[in-house]
Amino acid sequence: MNLATLSASYLRARPLNTALSVLLLALGVATIVLLLLVVGQAEERMQRDARGIDLVVGAKGSPMQLMLAGIYHLDAPTGNIPLSSVAALAKNRMVKQAIPLALGDSWKSYRIVGAGKAYVDLYGAELREGRFHQKPMEAVLGAEVAARTGIGPGATFKGAHGLGSEPGDEHEGAYTVVGVLAKTGSVIDRLVLTPIESVWQVHEEHQGPQDDADRKALEEAREVTVVLVQYASPLAAATLLRQINSQSELQAASPAYETARLFSIVGVGIDALRGFAAVLILAAGLSVFIALYTALEERRYELAVMRTLGASPGKLFGLLIGEAFVLSLLGVILGLVLGHGLAAALGAWLESQQQYPVTGLEWRPEELWVAGIALGVGVIAALVPAWRAYRTDVSRTLAQG
Amino acid sequence: MIAVRSLAHRYGAAEALRLSEWKVAQGERWLVLGRSGSGKTTLLHVIAGLIRPTEGEVEVAGENLCRLEGARLDRWRATSVGIVLQALHLVKHLSVRDNLRLAQYLAKAPQDDKRIDDTLGALGVGAKSSRRPSELSQGEQQRVAIARAVVNRPKLVLADEPTANLDDAAAATVVELLTEQAGRQGATLVVATHDARVKGKFRERLEL
Repeated sequence: MNLATLSASYLRARPLNTALSVLLLALGVATIVLLLLVVGQAEERMQRDARGIDLVVGAKGSPMQLMLAGIYHLDAPTGNIPLSSVAALAKNRMVKQAIPLALGDSWKSYRIVGAGKAYVDLYGAELREGRFHQKPMEAVLGAEVAARTGIGPGATFKGAHGLGSEPGDEHEGAYTVVGVLAKTGSVIDRLVLTPIESVWQVHEEHQGPQDDADRKALEEAREVTVVLVQYASPLAAATLLRQINSQSELQAASPAYETARLFSIVGVGIDALRGFAAVLILAAGLSVFIALYTALEERRYELAVMRTLGASPGKLFGLLIGEAFVLSLLGVILGLVLGHGLAAALGAWLESQQQYPVTGLEWRPEELWVAGIALGVGVIAALVPAWRAYRTDVSRTLAQG
Repeated sequence: MIAVRSLAHRYGAAEALRLSEWKVAQGERWLVLGRSGSGKTTLLHVIAGLIRPTEGEVEVAGENLCRLEGARLDRWRATSVGIVLQALHLVKHLSVRDNLRLAQYLAKAPQDDKRIDDTLGALGVGAKSSRRPSELSQGEQQRVAIARAVVNRPKLVLADEPTANLDDAAAATVVELLTEQAGRQGATLVVATHDARVKGKFRERLEL
């Protein structure tokens, strides 16, 4: 027998009270852990996807939409811009690299992106199978697309107009898969890559039979959707964005700024959830306090008897603190397990929805703080009951009964 | 064993106990008699070191209790005194065996299962060691309470109204067990009671 087994034995004898306190604490801890995992992983993921991209340039509209469509392939694009603007951007001295992308079609709700080798290199993606696309209507699949659809080099498919989960009209021309990329853990895993020319070709077919003049007109009207820009030097950050936005037909968005803005908007909801979790933890502390405090009346003989058996007042103080500690520890452990379990369940669901995946099998250093604070709240809640136990007047208590 | 001189204790203005002199030798068995409110319980608590008397000198088992402080007093009580209370106050959430183990743990004595089994066996409740107190009869709980008081082999065993609420046969058994257990380890026994049935069993008596 020791203080821990003595505390545990008392808690076991009151399963309902114990379960309530443990559960409240566990729910609070689980909520915070889930938030930490989801928000942390989303931030990391968004940073990884935007690495190496200083500006997104596209048609006028919402800069956030431009970023969401151009980098994360989450939203519809703001529109198209003339192909000539890519050349103009690439010539600008402040631009190190300009990567054009053509968007608009999808296959089984995976986006078909017209992009060159530079885009693949941006994410450091390597080929796992086959080769890169060289001719129009050849396609390279991201790792997740290949894994989910189960097709590989040699297979063909037809793209559909539009980007949503509900496909629009199917296009006539069929793509041929020529390669599959290795997994990178970035957005490129969920894309179908093809030369930009494929996108033009697919859309020009809509125009019907043409003569040479028509064809020339079409070629002059060729467009891209976004251009991903890398600065030549940090100095460019100050001027390039303003310079582009002052032109009438182009818009530039800074991913760093737009991401921060996005998180400041979503942050309100996150803060609300965090506050809710804090309330749960405080309620758990209160429940520990009430459980221990109200039991004192019933336990005063038990505590007095322990004094007659030689327990010092400090021992009784320690006993109640020990009980609170055991309760809190159980709550924290259950909360951590629950939080990670929920994150894993959420991750499995998101994956089936082709969304950003979340994993529960990851440990964040902030969780240590959460555990420490939750334990602290439990122990602080026991201070007053423990002090009353410390002050037990043995003689008077025993004389009463 | 016990030496009390010019003892007085007051709760506020009300005098609860006055005793000019009382001496008890090692191994003696004493009965402290008096109607309720005469200070029997107060006297037991004083010699158990649970309360400090307002006036007087108290020496028990070689220690001057007025000079022992805090943790040392608790430690002395744990090893030197075994107490049986009228309401038995066994710890409800612990098994019979753990109630005795608790006494060993709190006295910082080695946790000795053999000693626990021997003590329970000697009091005829060896078979109940894994039961909760609530599963025991009143008589069995009484035996467990006595076992808990003597498990650490104290030099002094105190019992406060141990026979109250018991029928004649049970009362006789309790007195017998107390004297037998005290005798077995050469402990001094002091029983406080107003129960007339007990009187005949003790030679030494203190009337309050």
